[in-house]
Amino acid sequence: MSNTAKISLRNVHKGFGPKKVLQGVDLDVAKGESVAIIGGSGTGKSVTLKCVLGLLTPDQGSIKVDGVEMTTASQAERDAMLAKTGMLFQGAALFDSLTVWENVAFGLIEGQGMKPAKARDLAIARLEDVGLAADIANMSPASLSGGMQKRVGLARAIATEPEILFFDEPTTGIDPIMGDVINDLIVKCTRELGASAMTITHDMASARKIADRVAMLYQGKIIWDGPVADIDTSDNPYLQQFVAGDIEGPLELDLKHL
Amino acid sequence: MPIFAPVGHMFLTFLALVGRVTVFAGRTIGHMVTPPIYFRLIFKQMREIGYFSLPVVAMTTLFAGMVLALQSYSGFSRFSAESAVATVVVISMTRELGPVLAGLMVAGRVGAAIAAEIGTMRVTEQIDALVTLSTNPFKYLVVPRVIAGLITLPVLVLIGDIIGVMGGYLVGVNKLGFNDGSYIRNTFQYLEQLDVVSGLVKAAVFGFIITLMGCYHGYHSRGGAQGVGQATTNAVVSSSILILISNYIVTELFFTR
Repeated sequence: MSNTAKISLRNVHKGFGPKKVLQGVDLDVAKGESVAIIGGSGTGKSVTLKCVLGLLTPDQGSIKVDGVEMTTASQAERDAMLAKTGMLFQGAALFDSLTVWENVAFGLIEGQGMKPAKARDLAIARLEDVGLAADIANMSPASLSGGMQKRVGLARAIATEPEILFFDEPTTGIDPIMGDVINDLIVKCTRELGASAMTITHDMASARKIADRVAMLYQGKIIWDGPVADIDTSDNPYLQQFVAGDIEGPLELDLKHL
Repeated sequence: MPIFAPVGHMFLTFLALVGRVTVFAGRTIGHMVTPPIYFRLIFKQMREIGYFSLPVVAMTTLFAGMVLALQSYSGFSRFSAESAVATVVVISMTRELGPVLAGLMVAGRVGAAIAAEIGTMRVTEQIDALVTLSTNPFKYLVVPRVIAGLITLPVLVLIGDIIGVMGGYLVGVNKLGFNDGSYIRNTFQYLEQLDVVSGLVKAAVFGFIITLMGCYHGYHSRGGAQGVGQATTNAVVSSSILILISNYIVTELFFTR
């Protein structure tokens, strides 16, 4: 672990109108570390991720990536940050106007200006990395199953060999076995790239497998943060309730508004 | 006074919308003149917006020209001015009907398609995915469509003008008993360059409006399938209204001295 964190969030606030979603999030992701942010629906996990990516601008607070302040960054600094990140979206978010290989090669061709013929070979190699055969390369993403789409999304995220990877609910919406395949692939890919990873999930099995460290988000703040091995022995009642999936406990479930 | 509050609220909402559209248009124009420009996507959109709209525009202008000849003949025969039919057809087509009808038809066909496509990309996070892949969504999605609209609408309208005049000719010669040579001579005798040029300028303005409104409503759509449907409706309605308003403004700029 180096001294400067790869990603560093300090006192990040973000609200939408009267609704305060993030109320002072503090979180660090070290180089090569994989952090999972867990929390219930509507606690602001996605908002946190979108703030780091610059898709949303925080109301206050500081977000640093490789020591560069992103909230006030210039377009060039933001582009430089995005050039070294990859993201797997919840619904895979594949471009349905392009074929599978064009999706995987997108960052290489449009972002790095690589020649399409070379990018295609690399894209097929990436597809093989995530366990997909080369014969789907010319298919349309819409004709693939959910699990295949997720893996194509993963291949696209790692195609540019990013230093930072973001995973948004990687196992949501697919069956448990395919979920486990995705988890294994995420672990393998982040390790091979030596990348830092930030995952948001409410799937504890996935968090245990992917993460080195777990942070729990509740009411706009990180209320627990520790190594993944400690989540069962922690005496934090909020975390225990979430991990066990109990209805009874200190977590206030505002079911009418979730 | 409970009557004034909703009226004021609506007015403020309208002003906010105008502001947002203006900022969106400004950003689009800014990205149109700075690299990178995706020429491949511009050509693809020109095919989508221009080439595939040809049948619709051709049908519309053909029948518009035909009915124009029929109507003006029956009207003008009341004061024995039948010989003006050819001139009326060509001036109406080039100045007004060609651009406005083509604009409205393309607004329905292309504006809706653009809003639906970009709106779906928004709600399925494909636009966010573009950003994470170091690609500016304005340059990749909006600019190619707007440039394609600006270029192809005048071409479509020029073809539509010719087909409309041909429609008038077919009715005039075959149904109303005009001599074909004199019909063609009358068509060109009083036609001025400005008639055609003003129509083409209108077409370019309409092309900008249609693609911009399609992109704007798609880009800002939210809330799943219903939101995309709403965006599609809004794109068609707002571009149709803006076409009619800008049509008046451009006409006034050209023809009042």
